[in-house]
Amino acid sequence: MNISPEEVAKVARLARLDLTPEKIKQYAGQLDGILGYMDKLAELDTSAVEPMYTPVDQVSVMRDDVVRKDYTREEILKNAPETDGAFFIVPRIV
Amino acid sequence: MPDLTQLTLTQVRQQLADKSRSAAEVTEAALSRIQATEPKIKALLSVQAEEARAKAKALDAQGPDAARPLWGVPLIVKDVLATKDAPTTCGSKILENFRPVYDATAVARLKDAGAIILAKANMDEFAMGSTTENSAYFATRNPWDASRVPGGSSGGSGAAVAACQCYGALGTDTGGSIRLPASFCGIVGIKPSYGRVSRFGMVAYGSSLDQIGPMTRSVEDAARILQVIAGHDERDSTSVDAPVPDYVAALSERGDLKGLTIGLPAEYWDKGLSPEVAEACGAAVKQAEALGAKTVPVSLKLSEYAIATYYIIAVAEASSNLARFDGVRYGLRDKSAESLIEMYVKSRTQGFGEEVQRRIILGTYVLSSGYYDAYYRKAAQVRRLIRQDFEAALTRCDVILGPVCPTTAFKVGEMTSDPLQMYLMDIFTISTNLAGLPGMSLPVGLGCETGMPVGLQLTGRAFDEARLLQVAGVLEKNVPAAGIAAL
Repeated sequence: MNISPEEVAKVARLARLDLTPEKIKQYAGQLDGILGYMDKLAELDTSAVEPMYTPVDQVSVMRDDVVRKDYTREEILKNAPETDGAFFIVPRIV
Repeated sequence: MPDLTQLTLTQVRQQLADKSRSAAEVTEAALSRIQATEPKIKALLSVQAEEARAKAKALDAQGPDAARPLWGVPLIVKDVLATKDAPTTCGSKILENFRPVYDATAVARLKDAGAIILAKANMDEFAMGSTTENSAYFATRNPWDASRVPGGSSGGSGAAVAACQCYGALGTDTGGSIRLPASFCGIVGIKPSYGRVSRFGMVAYGSSLDQIGPMTRSVEDAARILQVIAGHDERDSTSVDAPVPDYVAALSERGDLKGLTIGLPAEYWDKGLSPEVAEACGAAVKQAEALGAKTVPVSLKLSEYAIATYYIIAVAEASSNLARFDGVRYGLRDKSAESLIEMYVKSRTQGFGEEVQRRIILGTYVLSSGYYDAYYRKAAQVRRLIRQDFEAALTRCDVILGPVCPTTAFKVGEMTSDPLQMYLMDIFTISTNLAGLPGMSLPVGLGCETGMPVGLQLTGRAFDEARLLQVAGVLEKNVPAAGIAAL
């Protein structure tokens, strides 16, 4: 058993998802199967292998730090569920 | 004389250039075709008919422009790519009302080249799926047989092109999402090398795997679209600043396959293929030999680890990428929530579909403290070994050939219950994404059992798309054509 319902519930909380108890049980079963399949990788000795996180070499590209204004405030706020015309509005935090 | 909508992009482009057709006429024909075929195939999430008509009218007023290589050509774009002021849902309810304020670079380049964007194509939600049944809106059907899936996740793009709704489409490919629907729908699809095409404005799934590419009815059409979208973009630091060859010119350089060495990996040919796929792809290889190519066996011995490696990396990157959907700046928000955390949780839970939630949880798990080394880091190490496997094989041959998928398009509903079973459909396509290499699907006729199209996969060295196009271009003229789906 790779993953228990309790672990699924914990991970769901971390991922900001609210799962019903039935869903948690269902996912635990499915994820257990998937992770069991993934454990296959343990067969390979990779102790001397550098991890490869991307296929391209130049990951950090430097450029001049210049201000560019491509969008107006109005455009940036256009898709927001709630604004006051100047800022994004969210429920009370404190 | 084929119907106007059945012309290839290359043919219609010629007719537009010599003014035997106007952009308005071509656009109107495509829009009528959409209207006639949509009830059956449901390839599109939104149609920008008025905008397309206005653009066609404006283009006609200016007259054909030889400097714009897609002048007046109607195209369709997968709904994962940002289109200014037009819906961009990613097949998800969480982005139902989202209207980007900018175009993805690939879309902007198509528009600059004179293309007319007709519509946004259906897809598996956030590109997670292999059948386009996993769209939050509706399932797309295969134009060859509406009881079958079009493949996924770019199934809307594939079905639209096969149904002649447009002259080409953009898809995206994270683990096979261009090549699989191209194979199932009997069209050409290219997943370019990682870094060849800018990902700016593509809603990210697996950032180190994703690429945008063309889906078309001919190899030359694919070359023409790739030509426009390829090349460095300062807005995507992973797009590589390397010269883009003239792909169309490269096509005319080859009439046969003399001097070419084709690698045939035993891991792709020896097991699990349906007889009709083995037969059609095998016949294409025989044809390649008859055209002068030499074939050699090559080994991709790590193939059996590719799916596990891929799904760890893809879900890890997805869980991180999808964290941005929080109901604050765009997308769905649950208005009943009283605290910020509750708002995040309720919005995400309502907005994301089941497969997306499953992958977010799996991805969060493999990245979480205590499991990171065992899963994510381990997968990244195996990923390097898989790339080395390909590099070694590609020193012995110029291009690797194999099937795109072990089967032709399967029936709607057949694959939806078991997620692991669905992941296994990607067995031949995902390694290419892990290694960052270019891959292509070429139709090689219809299967003798199902009558559905079969796709041959070509894989090449990084940034060697020109050679894939050349080989595909020669084979296209010498293998049975899939033809056009009767709809």
